[in-house]
Amino acid sequence: MSDKGKVIVIGSGPIRIGQGIEFDYSCVHCVWTLRELGYEAIIINNNPETVSTDFDTSDRLFFEPLTVEDVMNIIDREEPEGVIVQFGGQTAINLAKPLHEAGVRIFGSSYDSIDLAEDRDRFDNVLRALNVAKPQGRAVTNEKDALIVAEEISYPVLVRPSYVLGGRAMELVYSRADLERYMTYVVDVSPKAPILIDKYIIGKEVEVDVISDGVDCLLPGIMEHIERAGVHSGDSMAVYPPQTLSQDVIDQIVRVATSLALRLEVRGLMNIQFVVDHETNTAMVLEVNPRASRTVPYLSKVTGIPMVKVATRAMMGVSLKEQGYTSGLHPNQGSIAVKAPVFSFLKLTQVDIGLGPEMKSTGEIMGVDTKYPLALYKAMLASGIDVPTGGNLIATIADPDKAEAVPIIRGFQEMGFHIYATAGTASYLTQRGIPVTTVHKLHEANENITSLIRSGKISLLINTLSTDKRIEREAIQIRRASVEAGVPCLTSLDTAKALLLSLATRKKGANFALATIDEYMEGRVMA
Amino acid sequence: MPKDPSIKKVLLIGSGPIIIGQAAEFDYAGAQACRSLREEGIEVVLINSNPATIMTDVEMADRVYIEPLSVEFVERIVAKERPDGIVATLGGQTGLNLATQVAEAGILERYNTRLLGTPLRAIRQAEDREEFRTLMREIGEPVPESWIITDESQLGDAIASGIWPLIVRPAYTLGGTGGGIARNVDELLTITRSGLALSMRHQVMVERYLSGWKEVEYEVMRDANDTAITVCNMENFDPMGVHTGDSIVIAPSQTLSDKEYQMLRTASLKIIRSLGIEGGCNVQLSLDPHSFAYYVIEVNPRVSRSSALASKATGYPIARVSAKIAIGLHLDEIENAVTRKTLACFEPALDYCVLKIPRWPFDKFVGADRRITTQMKATGEVMAIDRAFEPALMKAIRSLEVGIYGLANKTGHTLSDMELEEAIRVPHDERLWSITEGFRRGMMVEEINALSNVDPWFLRKLEGLVNLETRLKVNAPAFKQMSKALESEEEEAQEPLEERFGSAVRLLREAKRMGFADRTVSEFAGMSEGKLRKLRKHLGIVPVYKMVDTCAAEFEALTPYYYSCYDTEDE
Amino acid sequence: MKAILALEDGTLFEGQSLGATGRTNGEVVFNTGMTGYQEILTDPSYAGQIVTLTYPLIGNYGINPDDFESRRVQVEGFVVREAAEIASNWRSKQTLDSFLKERGIIGIQGIDTRALTRALRVRGVMMGAISTEDTPESLLEHIRNAPGYGSKDLARQVTAEQSYRWRVGDTKPVSAGSVSEVKPRYHIALLDFGVKYNILRSLANLGCETTVYPCTVTAEEVLRANPDGIFLSPGPGDPEQYGYMVDTVRQLVGKKPIMGVCMGNQILGYAFGSKTFKLKFGHRGSNHPVKDLNTGRVYITSQNHGYAVDPDRLKDGMEVAHINLNDGTVEGLRHKELPIFSIQYHPEASPGPSDSAYFFHQYINMLDRHYGRS
Repeated sequence: MSDKGKVIVIGSGPIRIGQGIEFDYSCVHCVWTLRELGYEAIIINNNPETVSTDFDTSDRLFFEPLTVEDVMNIIDREEPEGVIVQFGGQTAINLAKPLHEAGVRIFGSSYDSIDLAEDRDRFDNVLRALNVAKPQGRAVTNEKDALIVAEEISYPVLVRPSYVLGGRAMELVYSRADLERYMTYVVDVSPKAPILIDKYIIGKEVEVDVISDGVDCLLPGIMEHIERAGVHSGDSMAVYPPQTLSQDVIDQIVRVATSLALRLEVRGLMNIQFVVDHETNTAMVLEVNPRASRTVPYLSKVTGIPMVKVATRAMMGVSLKEQGYTSGLHPNQGSIAVKAPVFSFLKLTQVDIGLGPEMKSTGEIMGVDTKYPLALYKAMLASGIDVPTGGNLIATIADPDKAEAVPIIRGFQEMGFHIYATAGTASYLTQRGIPVTTVHKLHEANENITSLIRSGKISLLINTLSTDKRIEREAIQIRRASVEAGVPCLTSLDTAKALLLSLATRKKGANFALATIDEYMEGRVMA
Repeated sequence: MPKDPSIKKVLLIGSGPIIIGQAAEFDYAGAQACRSLREEGIEVVLINSNPATIMTDVEMADRVYIEPLSVEFVERIVAKERPDGIVATLGGQTGLNLATQVAEAGILERYNTRLLGTPLRAIRQAEDREEFRTLMREIGEPVPESWIITDESQLGDAIASGIWPLIVRPAYTLGGTGGGIARNVDELLTITRSGLALSMRHQVMVERYLSGWKEVEYEVMRDANDTAITVCNMENFDPMGVHTGDSIVIAPSQTLSDKEYQMLRTASLKIIRSLGIEGGCNVQLSLDPHSFAYYVIEVNPRVSRSSALASKATGYPIARVSAKIAIGLHLDEIENAVTRKTLACFEPALDYCVLKIPRWPFDKFVGADRRITTQMKATGEVMAIDRAFEPALMKAIRSLEVGIYGLANKTGHTLSDMELEEAIRVPHDERLWSITEGFRRGMMVEEINALSNVDPWFLRKLEGLVNLETRLKVNAPAFKQMSKALESEEEEAQEPLEERFGSAVRLLREAKRMGFADRTVSEFAGMSEGKLRKLRKHLGIVPVYKMVDTCAAEFEALTPYYYSCYDTEDE
Repeated sequence: MKAILALEDGTLFEGQSLGATGRTNGEVVFNTGMTGYQEILTDPSYAGQIVTLTYPLIGNYGINPDDFESRRVQVEGFVVREAAEIASNWRSKQTLDSFLKERGIIGIQGIDTRALTRALRVRGVMMGAISTEDTPESLLEHIRNAPGYGSKDLARQVTAEQSYRWRVGDTKPVSAGSVSEVKPRYHIALLDFGVKYNILRSLANLGCETTVYPCTVTAEEVLRANPDGIFLSPGPGDPEQYGYMVDTVRQLVGKKPIMGVCMGNQILGYAFGSKTFKLKFGHRGSNHPVKDLNTGRVYITSQNHGYAVDPDRLKDGMEVAHINLNDGTVEGLRHKELPIFSIQYHPEASPGPSDSAYFFHQYINMLDRHYGRS
């Protein structure tokens, strides 16, 4: 029996899209840290697949549902000092309010801090008070207001219901008609269920986790997304440390993150997502999650900072200073890490694989090396985009993306790929000096783009998403064909560009490093 | 035999990213294996591309490589680390496939290392359809009759067999497009023709369709001394035709008599022995609900999702024990980590009912095909434990976090009777609630069994729950009255609530014992959940907690692994 | 209807009636098998005992005509947490409750059987009673006045009234006068201390015809029939009570090859100079690991015994061949020279795993060797 008393850690429940294994990782580390600190650590969870429900992970394991009732029953019996809700994803954080109201002590950020970050109006006030930029936008409770707000901030806009995880029903909306469709068919809007409408900012997305003890704020590292804003952060590739951000932007991020953490009185972890407006170079806040995020295990491993351990200690009253950390961004470590999403589209028939603001990936992997292109290649390979450095490529590019696609396609062609394209893309590329074989669209002939994909001769499909619903209907079928034929399909030019870079490196005969994770972390790997 | 002294350093292959069919269970398995091997003084080298795992923590293994799971990188690690052996049976299908490729590339010989535990031959025999069928025939275990067809003229043997219905599956197409069930020659010809046209290799498989048969799984373990045990058996709520990963699963089996249980257990042990597996293995069988006839469906020669479930359902750490077997230990040399008094060589006895429900991603993929078939679609699962089936089911339902807390989903009541029958007949993610809606509309166990082939025992349980739900809806307002009486009681002393509201108190007690959530009951009563909770506590209707101890209380256990129930004794 | 279960130490459980009403007493024991209640109910070794099953859901697959292990229900009382309302299995003919009612067996359901099991584990098995008509006080009084388990000759209560024959191919008992249609490979004389049918079926499947003798039979009578082998059956009760059987067996030793099971093992232990001691809560279940000391292999076995042979007192060439992996107690004996072996657990399974069925083959092999056949 521990003299410090008991602490209950709320687990994350079943693995689902948006709430994966990362949260179990965090819960387990939290439990271990509590035990090290001398607490009796109790875990409640209901997922049989996990380490957290292994019988020797905690001092006590309760295999129970994660509802208020079931959790309160255990609290009544165990009479813990308090409960930790920061590591079990949205499942756990959702319990903060009822547990707080029942008089249960929440370790770490208080319920009020959590609410401050999650309540759109309160949060907007905080941002205003701190003079922090965010994309223009508002919460609305009916369709009429939605249309007014959208006109005001101008299309395209990002729409989503408030209080959601993993971007459910989040969409990029380009027109009034589109918004009407969204408000009518996709969501139920009401004063109780407001819809958030934000200006869609074209730019880099950046993610950062902050650990705070209320005095100091440590940023273990910044992750820069490879795909531009608009693709859900869980579906984006991301790199640590950032490869294209200016020092000024990094400084903005550190400053904003620190002031927000202090203002929200964060104890433990908080995750902030930014978009860097490419015109003004301003880091704007997209979203704040007052809890451990999906990126915690990745950053922990590449920065060498055991983030959950540090955060748990901070929550339990061991200051960052006592732990040997200071405020600010932790210096970059010796290697480059690229995180990439992995999808399970093969198993999910009739699901469109095009990426957007709604999360679709089921898992993630990481590639580490001494240089960005090398880490990128490893990440591509590990995530299943195992493309040779030559072969046949099909490109079907939406009109707005065509100009940007030219150098990328040319790159593939110069590397040794033969390019196939549908009529529009083909003529655009041919005019710009890229030799292309035209393929028929679905309705044009029996020998068409999908039969070509199924022929087994194609190594890669690049298909950017169109805003034209008519084109998209056919594009969905093409993308499904690629999934079923096992042909990697990229729907973002950013990913295509990254793949090109990594393949080029591979072709040059790159020397991939091979090292243990601590060797990478400690910079002991020679380039 | 104690552990093989020639093994000092081992490479453990992880399972990579989370995908449908390969979720967190392999982190659980890998983390257990790391600990298990290091306990024996073995240096563990680990490769996994997924850093969001406990197994890739620097504390877990001696050398952690977060590198792509490819032959190239494994070879480089083997060359650098020179492990004495490779453990590949804990990294899911990914790990197993990679190990097979590594072995086929001659890397084992080149660096003088070997696969530990289950030999490569066993993996091939279990994974290759034809080799597996040959082996099963040799040892006299029945496999469903099947024929590979590349031209419709080859259907003669299948037709001559007189087996109906037959299922036609096009080879090398995913999602089962183009297949179907044939009940006569005409249907067989039609479906085969369309299947051949859709198959990339112009090939279909025609197989006996075990329509309505029970699906049962056994988790078995074997050591190098040929001692073999079963850890657990599990029965699928959904009959044949639904992937185990997409099926509601109950442990232990509920509707098998001892003769049936032992018959399938004996078959499973015979199979693990014939394959020569050293470690854990999962055997899937199909049992005729009307005779002793059964078929062997599939064997996974490795630790699987089912092993994780079986481990949590029984307390028996399959991965931990498998890892020890891989380095030469025998089952009777391994401690039962739960009791620490007995050994790993025994079969767990459960004194509770375990239920697993898959968690599907259809809340995200609104447009997806929600029917569940032989291709797994769930991303995760929940498990619940209780002393009876009903409360375990109710707990599992509210663990899913799909906005359903009881016996009704959002759409069930909107269906026409015909639509509802279809929703009961065709498996989909919310079929459970289609069935309860059926009972709510007065359908009989026999009718629903005829539509769904779900065993009447399970259906009777669901019917009983629906009946209780009806009684609750009618009588729950009494709970509100009790709650009001309780609030006013401070002022005027009255006789106890139990006396005044005897039948309501009994009903509430029964509802809780059967697993109804406060949330549901309070909704029926028209009161807040908080008030119901207060009332419940006042009446002393609170759960007790019991231990999962692997041995049904026969021995004292030290492991603090608990579940709630509304029984009497709290441990 | 309400029912109560009382233990002799005063512990009380309140539940609902299962099966017949009335009052019954016996030694309260638990079995951890998750299936096989019909076999357990009809196993004569449970005579004198009230059996609780640790698995909470009992009766799911009903009662069928084929899984009887003796002519009648043998338990004194039956305790479950939940008896199934419907029986779901193709062989089932009736529900557990209706069966118990029909057979006049008093049971109780709806109690916390895990709490009961824990009580028995901690305090040891003890006498108890189930009643639908008593107050707790009157029931405890009844227990105090009832004879203790160890004081009864339960074998005499369950043994065959007169000898009968079990022919090759039989699955049920037939009368003594029947003539075998198949020429048996061996004639076996089985001393019935409380035999289970599946032992007789197992022997019949291997081509043996068995004559089943009441436990009071004399050695002379057995030898007069000139059987090829002797089989000592399982049975209920404290072996300390069974001096007369030990005497009979002593006279058979060296005359014919002998195999013993359960009580048979214990009687052989006495015949070779040893005694038995009572286990705190016995071994009852389908999951007990037993190690063959010769091969090192471990088998999962079906067990039902409350006493164990003292290994230190064995003499005259008898040695321990099998031990229980959980507590190290004796699970099998083997004679160094004579064709005699016995096991404490149940090779006939039913219920439980059939992993030990090889003992029947071993017995036949022993007979083959003894009689010079191959």
